[in-house]
Amino acid sequence: MIQSGFVKLPEMAVPPEDDGPVAELVPAPAAAPSPIRAFLHQRSAGRWADGAFGGLMLVCALSIFAIVLLIVFVLVKNSQLSIHAFGWKFFTGSSWDPVSGDFGALPFIYGTVLSSVLAVAMAVPLSLCVAIFLLEICPRPLRTPIAFLTELLAAIPSVVYGLWAVFVLVPLMRDQVGPVLEKWLGWTGLFAEPNFGVGMLTASVILAIMIFPVISSISRDVMKAVPIHQREAALALGATRWEMLRMSVLRNSRLGIVGAVILGLGRALGETMAVTMVIGNHPEISKNLFAPGYTLASVIANEFSEATGDLYLSALIEIGLALFLVTIVVNAIARLLVWAVTRGESVRAV
Amino acid sequence: MTGTRSARSAGMHRLHQLWRSGMNHFVTVLAVVSTVLVLVPLVAILGYLIYKGASSLNLAFFTHVPAPVGEAGGGMANAIVGSGVILGLASLIGVPVGIAAGVYLAEYGHGTHLGNLVRFTADVLNGVPAIVMGISVYALIVAMQHHFSGFAGGVALAIMMVPTITRTTEEMLATVPHAIREAALGLGIPKWRTVMSISLRTASPGIITGCMLAFARVAGETAPLLFTAFGNQFWSFNLNEPIAALPLQIYVYAVSPYDEWHRLAWAGALVLIVMIMTAVTLVRIFANRGALKGGH
Repeated sequence: MIQSGFVKLPEMAVPPEDDGPVAELVPAPAAAPSPIRAFLHQRSAGRWADGAFGGLMLVCALSIFAIVLLIVFVLVKNSQLSIHAFGWKFFTGSSWDPVSGDFGALPFIYGTVLSSVLAVAMAVPLSLCVAIFLLEICPRPLRTPIAFLTELLAAIPSVVYGLWAVFVLVPLMRDQVGPVLEKWLGWTGLFAEPNFGVGMLTASVILAIMIFPVISSISRDVMKAVPIHQREAALALGATRWEMLRMSVLRNSRLGIVGAVILGLGRALGETMAVTMVIGNHPEISKNLFAPGYTLASVIANEFSEATGDLYLSALIEIGLALFLVTIVVNAIARLLVWAVTRGESVRAV
Repeated sequence: MTGTRSARSAGMHRLHQLWRSGMNHFVTVLAVVSTVLVLVPLVAILGYLIYKGASSLNLAFFTHVPAPVGEAGGGMANAIVGSGVILGLASLIGVPVGIAAGVYLAEYGHGTHLGNLVRFTADVLNGVPAIVMGISVYALIVAMQHHFSGFAGGVALAIMMVPTITRTTEEMLATVPHAIREAALGLGIPKWRTVMSISLRTASPGIITGCMLAFARVAGETAPLLFTAFGNQFWSFNLNEPIAALPLQIYVYAVSPYDEWHRLAWAGALVLIVMIMTAVTLVRIFANRGALKGGH
C-alpha cells in the first residue's frame, strides 16, 4: 500500500538537476518508463518472491494456531476413555486406585488449589512490598542490582529449586520452622505432627519463592504506568509517601496488580518439578499442612511413564486436559487485567 | 480535618499527624524488610548451589558418562551433550518459526482479525504448563513412533520457545520507525527485502534478546522431557533414540537415595545455572544497548 504511493514519484523518472524547490508528491498518471525502473524491476526478481515470503510468514503464524488446536485435539482424543468411564464424577471422586481401575481427581485438585493459593498468599505481600521499595524508596544506585537479582530468581530452573528444596528447605521446615508453628498454631489443627518436612507447606513455600519474581516485576510495571502527575497531585496536597502510594499509585493500578497476582497463580497451578520433589506425592485430602499431598501436575510427572493400561493413561491425560483448560482461563483473565492497566504498553515477557 | 479550631481538636490533629508519619515510616520499614527477606532465599539458593556444586565439580563430570550405582566417580558428559543436541534442535525449529510468526504479526497481520487471533493463541501457548506440553508431544510423536526420542524432546522445547520469540519479535519490529521502511520501499526494493534487510536488521538486538530469553527458559525445563527425550545413561547422539538431558539427569539424581548421585546433581545444577545465567546476562547487555543502536 505504501509502496504504490511512492514508486510513482515523478522525480524517480526525471531526477531534478538544479537545487530548486523539492517536487511535491504528486502521483504520476502512469509509471514513466525509465532505465532505472527497468533495472529495479529486474532486480526485484518478480512479484512471486514477495508473495512467497508473505505466504511463508503467514504459514509460520498459522502454525502457532495449529499447534494449540493440535494440543487440545490430542488431549481430548486421548482422554475419551476416561471421560466416558467417569464423566463428571472424575472431578468429585477422591479415590485413585490404578489396580482396581477407579480414578477420581479430587485429591489432586485439592492439592493443586491449596498449594497455589497458599503460595500466592505468601508471595503477594512480599512482592508488592518489593515492588514499592524498588519503585519509590530504593536509592538509585541500588535499584538496578536489586531488580536484576530478583529477576535472576525467575531464571533459575524449576528442577534446581526442587534440588535446593529437597536438601535445604525440607530439613529447615522439619527441624526449625515446623516445631515453632506446631507450638504456637498447633491448636488450629493446620499444623499437626507427624512432620517429615515434605508436604503441602514446604511445597507452598517453594512455590511462593518461584512465583515471587512474576508478581513483583509485573506489578512494578503496572505501578510505573501510573502517570507521574497523579503522584505529584497527591504530594502537592501534602500527602506522605505512603498516602501518595495508596491514593494514587495502588488505587490506579489495582486492576493490573490483581492481574499480576492471577498470572502468578497460573504459574503456580502448572508448576511441576519443584512441587513433585517436595510435596510428598500421596493422594489424600487433609487440612494438616504438614501432611503430604499431590497435585495435578505432579501426578502426571510421577505416574505417566509407569501407567499401565489404557484407562490409567487416559485418566492421567484427562488430568492434563483439566490443567490445560484451567491455566488458559486463569492466564486469559490475568492478561486482560494487565492489559487494561498498561493499555498495550509492553510488559516484560514472563 | 475540616476547619477544627478548638484546643482539643488541635490535639487530635497532632495525633493524626503523628499517625500519618508513623504509618509512612512503618510502610517504608516494611518494604525494606520484605526486600531483604526476599533476597535471603535468592542468596541462599545461589550460595548453596555454588558451594555444593563447586565442591563436587571435577574434570570427570565433563568427560565421563554416569557410573553404575554404588561406583564412585562418573560424570554427566552425555547429559551435557544431550542437552546441547536437544536445545540445538529446539532452536533450529523454534527460532525461525517464532521470528517468522512475529514478522507476520508486525508487518503483515497488524490490526487484522487473523493477526489478533494468532497473537492470542501465542499467549495461550505461553501459558500452557510444561508438563501438559510433555504429554501432548508424547501423544503426538512418541505414541506414534512407539518409542521415546530426542527428536520428540526437541520438538516439545521448540514449541515452548515459539511464543516468547514471536511476541518479542513483534514488539521489537513495532519500534522500527516507519520512515526507514518507506525509504526502502520508495527505492523500489521489494517488501521481502525490506523486511529482511531493513526491519529485521534494525530490530535485531531486541530479537536476539528474545531468542536468548526463550533459550534460557527452555534450557532448564525438565517436565516436557520426562516422557519425550526420557534420558539414558550412555553416549547417544541419535535423535531417534532416548537421549540424556542435564535437567532430567539432575531430577533423577536428586530424588535418588545415593549420596554420590546427590553430589553429581549439585554439580549438574551449577553447570546448568551458569549456562542460563550467561544467557540472561548477555540478554541484559543486548537489552541495554537498545533496539536501534546495534545491528549495523
